[in-house]
Amino acid sequence: MKSLAGYTDRISVAPGERIAFKVSAENGATSYKASLVRLFSTDDHPDGPGLGERPVRAPFDGRHPARRQAIPMGSCVTVLRSPKLEKLRSVTLAAVIWPTTPRRGRQAILGGWSGGRGIALEIDEIGAASLRIDGNVFSTGKPLLVREWYRVAASYDHKTGIVEVIQEHLVAYPRIDDAGGLRVAGPIGRSPAPRGTFSIGANAGTPFAQHFNGKIGRPRVAKRVLTPAEAMATLAYRVPKELRSAMLAAWDFALDTPSQRIVDTTANKLDGATINLPARGMKGHAWTGRVHDWRAAPDEYDAIHFHDDDVYDAGWSTDFEYMVPLDLPSGVYAAKLEGGADPEHVVFFVRPPRGRATADVCYLAATATYMAYANFRVMNRSWEYEAFQGALLQIGPEDLFLNDHPDYGDSLYGSHSDGSGVCYSSRLRPIVNMRPHTPLWAFSGDNTLLAWMDALGYRADTLTDEDLDAEGVDLIAAYKVVVTGCHPEYWSLPMWDAMQAYLDRSGCLMYLGGNGFYWRVAYHPTLPGVIEVRRAEDGTRAWAAEPGEYYMSFTGEYGGLWRRQDRTPNQLVGVGMTAQGFDCGSYYRRAKASFDPRVAFIFEGIGADELIGNFGTAGGGAAGQELDRYDRALGSPPHALVVATSEEHTDNMLLVNEDFRGTYLALGGTENKLVRADMTFFETPAGGAVFSTGSISWIASLPNAAFDNNVARITRNVLDRFLDPTPFR
Amino acid sequence: MVRIDPVADLRLAREFRANPIGKHSPDLQRLLRFFRGEPIEGKYALLCTKPNREWKLVELSGEVGKPFSVHEDRVFTSLKQAEWEVFKLRWKRYTGRDLFLDGGPVR
Repeated sequence: MKSLAGYTDRISVAPGERIAFKVSAENGATSYKASLVRLFSTDDHPDGPGLGERPVRAPFDGRHPARRQAIPMGSCVTVLRSPKLEKLRSVTLAAVIWPTTPRRGRQAILGGWSGGRGIALEIDEIGAASLRIDGNVFSTGKPLLVREWYRVAASYDHKTGIVEVIQEHLVAYPRIDDAGGLRVAGPIGRSPAPRGTFSIGANAGTPFAQHFNGKIGRPRVAKRVLTPAEAMATLAYRVPKELRSAMLAAWDFALDTPSQRIVDTTANKLDGATINLPARGMKGHAWTGRVHDWRAAPDEYDAIHFHDDDVYDAGWSTDFEYMVPLDLPSGVYAAKLEGGADPEHVVFFVRPPRGRATADVCYLAATATYMAYANFRVMNRSWEYEAFQGALLQIGPEDLFLNDHPDYGDSLYGSHSDGSGVCYSSRLRPIVNMRPHTPLWAFSGDNTLLAWMDALGYRADTLTDEDLDAEGVDLIAAYKVVVTGCHPEYWSLPMWDAMQAYLDRSGCLMYLGGNGFYWRVAYHPTLPGVIEVRRAEDGTRAWAAEPGEYYMSFTGEYGGLWRRQDRTPNQLVGVGMTAQGFDCGSYYRRAKASFDPRVAFIFEGIGADELIGNFGTAGGGAAGQELDRYDRALGSPPHALVVATSEEHTDNMLLVNEDFRGTYLALGGTENKLVRADMTFFETPAGGAVFSTGSISWIASLPNAAFDNNVARITRNVLDRFLDPTPFR
Repeated sequence: MVRIDPVADLRLAREFRANPIGKHSPDLQRLLRFFRGEPIEGKYALLCTKPNREWKLVELSGEVGKPFSVHEDRVFTSLKQAEWEVFKLRWKRYTGRDLFLDGGPVR
């Protein structure tokens, strides 16, 4: 059983720079052994090279004291502490809310709470709006409905102790009795924010508590008792003039949407900050559907969706640091942690010295994809997942660990505890499935490529998606060849533009995967280590974004599939996503075009009738898991050659849903002609070229027969030609 | 909805036994979708005890934080074997009868 977990402050580090390791022992261990290893293969299939892990001496080798480090889950807004809040006595609190789990116990909407005392507008144990004053609860007694908008408000008169609470449904349903009001005498002389602390979406404390699930918009604080009508009137997008002098704070969640900052629009400037990245750019109760872009109508997009299981930065203390030596070769490395049970590998990527290439080949590690799948925990949640896979689910130690540790957060494939999709994923927490012996469609599937290069003596520099996003084409311009891993699925706009610019400058690209260049994501412009996706209106989606929430909050870009934005993978690499199926793989057969002299180099040493890749460590075939096809209609270059195509897929290999407009039965591999991987080659105008295999399982077929097989031969033929400086014509 | 006929559908069991992973007839595909679509609580799955080499049968809990039940005595050394064993368990779960083929209980 896995017991150690860790992460690093950065994912990519250059020689001469420091990287910090943060570790937690989850089983009470008091120490662990750490060592540095370089990883070449992270899978030990009987037909493969075995786990390729080579020790490298490092100053941190040896035993380290261990302790448990917690991950405080749940998002909220904390307001800067202020004497203005501390001086508050009589008060009115109001907000518009869309609760998603109102029946899940006490949840704070907004209030001043500290050390178990204060005044907060909350949802109470029965799911009704309530005002809590220290230990006293004043409830409307009417449970709120799930995913419905309400105006809620409460006031407290410091001198008389009179408490008033109201909740108003924005939609009136006949026979549904969920509006409520209460006016009673409460305790006299209490303080709304005893120590000047104030928070929204949770009560302050260490850690924050009573996290709210759902949306909150337009939180308001008045420094006197307002009538119910006045309190409701403050919930206009702009507080009416006549009530402005009564306001202590009126936050506009639509301002500074990409940031963590929360802006108070009153002169008091009681600004706040989000914690653990609640979802922003969310539509509020006033959304009309007139526009879909949060930038175009702030008054319609002034809600934040809070979740009790949001995680951004675990904030762990550093256990040890490592200064990367100037002569450490670029590659994939890990701090190997051993503390009794399975060793844990805290993976990081060493790039070449900044501004310098130390090889002709660049291996682009798909760290955006690793982050998208970080702590993927769908299997104990989805009854459909086994049918989707077409095979029994295989559970590894990382899955057991995640099942025991909800606090490690979910992947971009997960849903929050309230059922809403996870749209942000951070690497400032342990990613327990970015380690050896994990499924062959992400990290573990990629590294067989490094084992193959190592066995054949190819040298490659390792760079990451995050480097490419930050530095653009300059990062890769010096390389003759860029090689991807098996599944480079998640691409940001700067990454895409960099790759296009690289190809425009005569670079050569080997895309050795499937389902690549599929989702548009954004790295946060200032916060480190976090990406965003919006599962917009199409594609194979683990969840679906709410209508009107397709624009990313980090950058304002329209999210979703690249294909829906007239930037298709077909345009960039000749092929694009066409099918998926996880029961088994199949093989490719050479196409007529493979005998064209333009591509003779690819098939040197390969027989005319030879089946390509009818073997492999991932499902027994090089064409498997997810497949891409050539399609002129989707922008595949007209001069590209489809040199081989896969065939004989099972009916579990199914056409992707963006490819059919109405349902019908013939979607599986035995019937549908679009279910195939097209191995494709084309030259670029500047003399470079692109070679695409269009299958996730290609790399997993490299190692059979000690790397002596036709998949490895084709890969070698292409790499050798791409390294040859003779331009393509 | 899918109903298993414990006599007429024996041909599907034979077909699956002969080839647990690969192409299947439409009727067998339908049966497998039924089996594989069982609810998450108690759903059979495989715990990898030696990566790529050994698996143990587990039943999922369907709830984060609630452990899976591990069948320590059900150990598989190939995925095909595991698929067949789980097929038999599900056959019994949904027909109430042990799977008999070739005149006797199947191993």
